[in-house]
Amino acid sequence: MAERTKTNPQRPGTGTLLDIRNLRIEATVYPPGEDPKNVVIVDDVSLTVERGKVLGLIGESGAGKSTIGLSTMGYGRGGVRITGGEVILNGRDILRSERGLRKRRGKEVCYVAQSAAAAFNPAHKLMRQVVEATLEHGVSNREEAEKRAVDLFRQLSLPDPENIGDRYPHQVSGGQLQRVMTAMALCSKPDLIVFDEPTTALDVTTQIDVLAAIKRAIQDTGVAALYITHDLAVVAQVADDIMVLRHGKTVEWGETRQIIKEPKQDYTRALVSVHAIDHDEHTPTPTPILSVDNVTASYGGGKVKVLKNVSVDIHPGQTLAVVGESGSGKSTLARAITGLLPPESGTVSFDGRVLANRLADRPKEDLRQLQMIYQMADVAMNPRQTVGTIIGRPLEFYFGMRGAERNRRVAELLDKIEMGKGFADRYPAELSGGQKQRVCIARALAARPKLIICDEVTSALDPLVAHGILKLLLDLQAEEDVAYLFITHDLATVKAIADSIAVMYRGELVRYGPKSKVLTPPFDAYTDLLLSSVPEMEIGWLETAIASRRMEAAGN
Amino acid sequence: MLDLKRIPVSALIGLFLTALFLFAALFAPWIAPYGNGEIVGDVWGPISATHLLGTDNLGRDLLSRMIYGARITIFIAVAATALSFILGSVLGFTAAVVGGWLDQTMSRFVDLLMSIPTLIFALVVLSVLPSTLVTLILVMGILDATRVYRLARAVAVDINVMDFVEAAKLRGEGRSWIIFREILPNALSPLVAELGLRFIFAVLFLSALSFLGLGVQPPNADWGGMVKENKDGIVFGIPAALIPAGAIALLAISVNLVADWVLNRTSDLKGGRGNG
Repeated sequence: MAERTKTNPQRPGTGTLLDIRNLRIEATVYPPGEDPKNVVIVDDVSLTVERGKVLGLIGESGAGKSTIGLSTMGYGRGGVRITGGEVILNGRDILRSERGLRKRRGKEVCYVAQSAAAAFNPAHKLMRQVVEATLEHGVSNREEAEKRAVDLFRQLSLPDPENIGDRYPHQVSGGQLQRVMTAMALCSKPDLIVFDEPTTALDVTTQIDVLAAIKRAIQDTGVAALYITHDLAVVAQVADDIMVLRHGKTVEWGETRQIIKEPKQDYTRALVSVHAIDHDEHTPTPTPILSVDNVTASYGGGKVKVLKNVSVDIHPGQTLAVVGESGSGKSTLARAITGLLPPESGTVSFDGRVLANRLADRPKEDLRQLQMIYQMADVAMNPRQTVGTIIGRPLEFYFGMRGAERNRRVAELLDKIEMGKGFADRYPAELSGGQKQRVCIARALAARPKLIICDEVTSALDPLVAHGILKLLLDLQAEEDVAYLFITHDLATVKAIADSIAVMYRGELVRYGPKSKVLTPPFDAYTDLLLSSVPEMEIGWLETAIASRRMEAAGN
Repeated sequence: MLDLKRIPVSALIGLFLTALFLFAALFAPWIAPYGNGEIVGDVWGPISATHLLGTDNLGRDLLSRMIYGARITIFIAVAATALSFILGSVLGFTAAVVGGWLDQTMSRFVDLLMSIPTLIFALVVLSVLPSTLVTLILVMGILDATRVYRLARAVAVDINVMDFVEAAKLRGEGRSWIIFREILPNALSPLVAELGLRFIFAVLFLSALSFLGLGVQPPNADWGGMVKENKDGIVFGIPAALIPAGAIALLAISVNLVADWVLNRTSDLKGGRGNG
């Protein structure tokens, strides 16, 4: 992006800052029931970062992104060993100079962690933590450091920059905390910052603010950065170059425009086109399978209203997507429908009959018809039961199937979720993230339900895995004619699979209707904010989106 | 599954000694050279070929007394531990799953029991009730159950909020399925670790009671009772009291070694098959 250099006259002179050559990182793992073995986490990766440039590292979990990021500080996390190659920072190989490492960490290279909430010490005020590295390295005295910190807070558009440093970490929002962490990294004037998924844990509407702040701060201070993420659309906004990694090896390394416009490798191409799912919108039927009528629900005995007069319909064999940021009441709606949180007023009717408010009052048949899939598949399954038991239990419980008949049906279901029947004897701990979620889908399907509530089922998964799960869900919908209530904060997912959409904001329904209508202008302010916050794989999208926003994100 | 070579040495020693004690307890009448109450020699006779551990304060064969003592000690301790675990864990799980006033009532009652020192409580109860084996086991079991209840409830409260328990509730499962099939397998490892410890405490508790004269009544004696019978000999340099005392210590250590190993095998946080 040549124009960026022009708008940024104080950018320091070019030249190679970081040069990683043939990096090899290994670790010893102790798999249960087997001998310890060596695994190669990063295999022969070479990269260079020029001064003031941003390199995006992208890949699925387990690709070695964070490990490479940390290696720039000569650091290996928990038993990880750097066994080969060179990491040359400012002309010195930091792997050969163990003694100088402490002088470099926090001064030449700084790190911004994924979860700022977990990375800050909750017992100290923010300012003390922000200037800590600066004082430790004697870059400047406390007064100057704090002045610089306040300047950085202002640069990162934090509210009340003079006084925010007096707060404790729990007193600011997640998006603000992430920006404070960026300020902390910038405070000691490092040459390189490693951003490790800084926006992944944030809401989509907050992500855009943090992203814009980070980008501006990088431009203004002229620092070089490694930006680690699994979201290609995000990295396209901030990086000059992108390196695609898979299983610890480099897949492709090139300029941002080339990677997203003309990817050379199949894997990169798959990443770029990840959200392209063909799905024709169905028109609503006259009789909905589930209708939620004026439901109000609250926690704490009526004190905190989390759902206010919500009414939606779900039609047989179709998908209703409920979108909104965290705290909008999406999951509470699911809890009200399932009876886990009995609504205060309003009714939920299913297949023409009114459902009992409380879970305990519902007949078994109602429970069978309405199944649920959770966000975190690994805690949604009993870790001490095998896949066969997990999928088989609904068969026993609802249909009284036993023995061979049950096993046959379990094998059939495993087949449906594109896993073999060999998986029946495995425990959840022995499955990958995507496989776990598939087993949860099979468990829900085993009951032959008419409606499945999917609570953020793909948000904990890698994009390609999530893509597979979404496709599977759509295929199963066509086969079994099951309706989905799809709760998500990811609008790209919604666009891909929904038939109708309900947008929620602070417990209220702000927009509801068939997909094509909801996604057609004119928009209300909140829907507009949501839609415009979804990163698109376009260079310069961030600037356009920020400029055209009409409403502040709730998390700011 | 169970590979002998992969059992650590400490666990092997523990297993061997525990098995030895169990063997003595089970087959006491067949392996003891003399009867339990049979007077066969002089008072506090020395170690000899006919009396491998010497004789006690009434001239009974100490080895035979030890073997019968193992039977009585281990039987009472096992029964009391089993009672405390069944009672404590079932009530603890139920309190955690049902919650509400049931949980409150049971927990406060347990607090009440726990606020009285166990030994004093047991002494009072046992001096009022007739001293039979059943009363002894009941008193020990119920007092110990309060500790197990606390642990089981705390563990179950954590598990009860997991998504897989919610999924079972949404499926319409009854309380007994949730308690025994969803919660129990996941609460097992802390409970097994506690089981070893609780068993040892039961042995020590029983020994203390017998030493104070409220446990097993003569002519039968558990190890604690035997320490009491022979304690006066110490003044004259007779080691007879040290032998049952040593046996108590050895049993405590060996059971703990086994419990440690079992805990290591089952305490894989990820669940599944457990680790090595």
